[in-house]
Amino acid sequence: MRSIRTLLFLPALLLGQGKGIAPSELTKPLKDSWPTYNGDYTGRRFSALKQVNSVNVKSLSLAWMSRLTPGMGNTQQGFGRRGFAGPQSRIIVGGEGSGELNVGGGTIKASVLQVDGTLYFTMPDNAWAVDARDGRELWHYFWKTKGGTHIGNRGLGMWNNYLYMETPDNYLVSLDARTGKERWHKTIAELDQGYFSTPAPIIIGNHVIAGTGNDIDAPGFLQSFDPETGELQWKTYMVPMKKGDPGLETWASLDAARHGGGQTWIPGAYDPETKLYMIGTGNPTPAYTTGTRGEGDNLFTCALVALNVDTGKMAWYYQTSPHDMHDYDSAQTPVLVDGMFNGRQRKMVLTAARNGYFFVLDRVTGEHLLTSRYGTHTNWANGLNKSGGPKFDPAKNATVPGALVSPDSGGTVNWQPPAYNPDTGLFYVLEFNEFAMFYLTDVDPRGSMGLGGKEEVGVGSSGNYLVAIDYKTGKVVWRRQYYGTDGGGGGMLTTAGNLLFASDGAGNFVAYDAKTGKPLWHARIGRITNAPQTYMLDGHQYVTVATGDMLWAFVMN
Amino acid sequence: MQVRKLYWATAFLTLLPSLQGQGTPPTPPARRMGGFIPGQQRVAGDPAQLERGKSVYGIGCRSCHGADLRGGDMGGPNLLRSQLCLSDKDGELIIPVIEGSRQSTGMPAIKMSSEDAKAVAAYVRSVLGTIGGQGMPPSVGKAAPSILVGNASEGQAYFAAKCSGCHSGTGDMQGIASRIADPKALQNAWVAGGARQRFGGPAQSNSRRRTVTVAVTLPSGAKEDGRLVRIDDFTVTLAREDGTTATFRRDGDIPKVEVRDPLKAHRDLLPGYTDKNIHDVTAYLVTLK
Repeated sequence: MRSIRTLLFLPALLLGQGKGIAPSELTKPLKDSWPTYNGDYTGRRFSALKQVNSVNVKSLSLAWMSRLTPGMGNTQQGFGRRGFAGPQSRIIVGGEGSGELNVGGGTIKASVLQVDGTLYFTMPDNAWAVDARDGRELWHYFWKTKGGTHIGNRGLGMWNNYLYMETPDNYLVSLDARTGKERWHKTIAELDQGYFSTPAPIIIGNHVIAGTGNDIDAPGFLQSFDPETGELQWKTYMVPMKKGDPGLETWASLDAARHGGGQTWIPGAYDPETKLYMIGTGNPTPAYTTGTRGEGDNLFTCALVALNVDTGKMAWYYQTSPHDMHDYDSAQTPVLVDGMFNGRQRKMVLTAARNGYFFVLDRVTGEHLLTSRYGTHTNWANGLNKSGGPKFDPAKNATVPGALVSPDSGGTVNWQPPAYNPDTGLFYVLEFNEFAMFYLTDVDPRGSMGLGGKEEVGVGSSGNYLVAIDYKTGKVVWRRQYYGTDGGGGGMLTTAGNLLFASDGAGNFVAYDAKTGKPLWHARIGRITNAPQTYMLDGHQYVTVATGDMLWAFVMN
Repeated sequence: MQVRKLYWATAFLTLLPSLQGQGTPPTPPARRMGGFIPGQQRVAGDPAQLERGKSVYGIGCRSCHGADLRGGDMGGPNLLRSQLCLSDKDGELIIPVIEGSRQSTGMPAIKMSSEDAKAVAAYVRSVLGTIGGQGMPPSVGKAAPSILVGNASEGQAYFAAKCSGCHSGTGDMQGIASRIADPKALQNAWVAGGARQRFGGPAQSNSRRRTVTVAVTLPSGAKEDGRLVRIDDFTVTLAREDGTTATFRRDGDIPKVEVRDPLKAHRDLLPGYTDKNIHDVTAYLVTLK
């Protein structure tokens, strides 16, 4: 029996084989593959592919779809395996949990890597390799969890033939991409302290950069690991941890700073020229009360920070939400752009923050260049401070009788990756204009804890949009309204074919004209849950996107 | 927190009964208590030990760390968010601190027997087990303060000026404060233009006054009216009086589609309210019993 099974596995093993992705390849512009979370290090989610373009996108057609089953079961449905007599996929089980915890359903929020004709992606506790040509499952890795918040997983990092995944119970797991076999796993944060890990690891040279998260009052940090051994190379905290640390003067006490948050939820962008890794940090904690944290800016929460990738040392920071009071973390994807600004060629970093403001900075020095408000009814701030950051309006903090605030705590945008197209010069992002009543329910002068202490009640939206921003002015060039309240979905993809792929918030996957925002093609496949990818195989361009537990691939035949 | 809607997340994690030992009755697991971390299983302590721990805490720890462990008047830090306490399994981290390992940072050695120190650690862990989701402190939700701070007569004047075109205190709003007795719920309802669910979308309502309708005019001039079922850039679906539905393909402005949303007027008011307007109108509406 064993030998028959081995034979059955063999074709899968062969199909999964490839050269993998050398770290040096990751510094090149994005082309036929999709080898890292944002495609390349710039965070632009811009593909140079243009076989599919605004003229012919009407002919884009379904190549395949696959439904993935997380957990110990391994019953891939759809066109991938069942009824098509493909070889059985391998399930590899790891993890330190008892196996008693049922993680139940799962959603693909991950960016899907495409390397050597194989797709690699995740749900919390689960990783898959599927054939990029027909969606057939090659292997499935399942991690038996010890617990933690299973809200999402952003995907895998890849270094040569090795893959890296973070788990909700805070392990960094390395797999062999060809077989799905585990190489090792390392603890990267303490589950008992409330940490849970959702990010996709980012591979830079011989560094595996891994962020993590937490909602109770705990310090945020970013870590770098050795891709071969998993050994810790550096760990940088995003809040002051000891006397003399920079930023301590912006907290009421060292104890407050050490519980001050600044989590590293979302992967950043990397500039190989300066060796700076730029990442947006999370909100301060307690999120809704000043009690312990004082009236200061609470550095380095809600900021864009630039770290040297070899040492983890901070080169510069820019705070996009000084003293946040609404859980508007700044954990959005930074986007690196080279271009003209005020008549000068500049190396920039752009970010549209959850708080409704858009920023342009010089990415070499951190110099502030532009702030604009892109949330139409954003009302929590009163003007800008001398650094160009929004000044929070204390009247719009959660109050006992209630404050009407826009956006709600979900933000103008949340984790959904934006995109930038160098051909149009436009930055694409979601704009949510929800209003909510924020009630302070914990009036204890010591302040509350975590995300506690307030009650939030949504009272309506003045309209939610897909918007295109001209970074040179910060002005919105066009916007398309989402139907219904479930706008957005998973984020953006833009291409040299003058296209922008995104959800329309109404169950459609849409290709828009990148210049004008006009919808050119759509497929009603359900609620989009990840940001789309594109790649080229056998001379044909594919576009993939996920809806819940389903992965869809469209192709230009 | 990097999510739009977290409240459903914990639903994923449910404990399944152990499937081991088929044929023999499974051994009942030791009594455990949940924590704020999904899936976490904190071992419940021995009740007598916890009682002892609570008493000893009251004598030796409370004045600095607070009766609720969230920090006290004498400056002791909040123990509920202490990484050391959260990681403690059986006193191995907490006891050395009680015994004086942190005197350099201001935590004095507290004299107690090692048994009592162990009981204090068990008590602290038992309180940690009552922390709510997303780090919410256990005391929250006990006594919500009154939200009524507004000026009722100013609220009445605002209502007369801005709301009386559609509403009347002696008409549709009469008795509103009896129908919605909780002032906070009343405030949320009128600001939203009707009862809504938490975090967004409008509550399902059969009220005809809140029904969104749509009129579709075809190039031929033929027109259909009905309740809006769904709409996007590509199709629009309406339900007719008889319950049947019709879906129309959309291509830009053809056919002509007119959506009528009775709540739009309310949503359009949202950017214009001041918090004082809201509190005043609520103070007025609570008088309409």
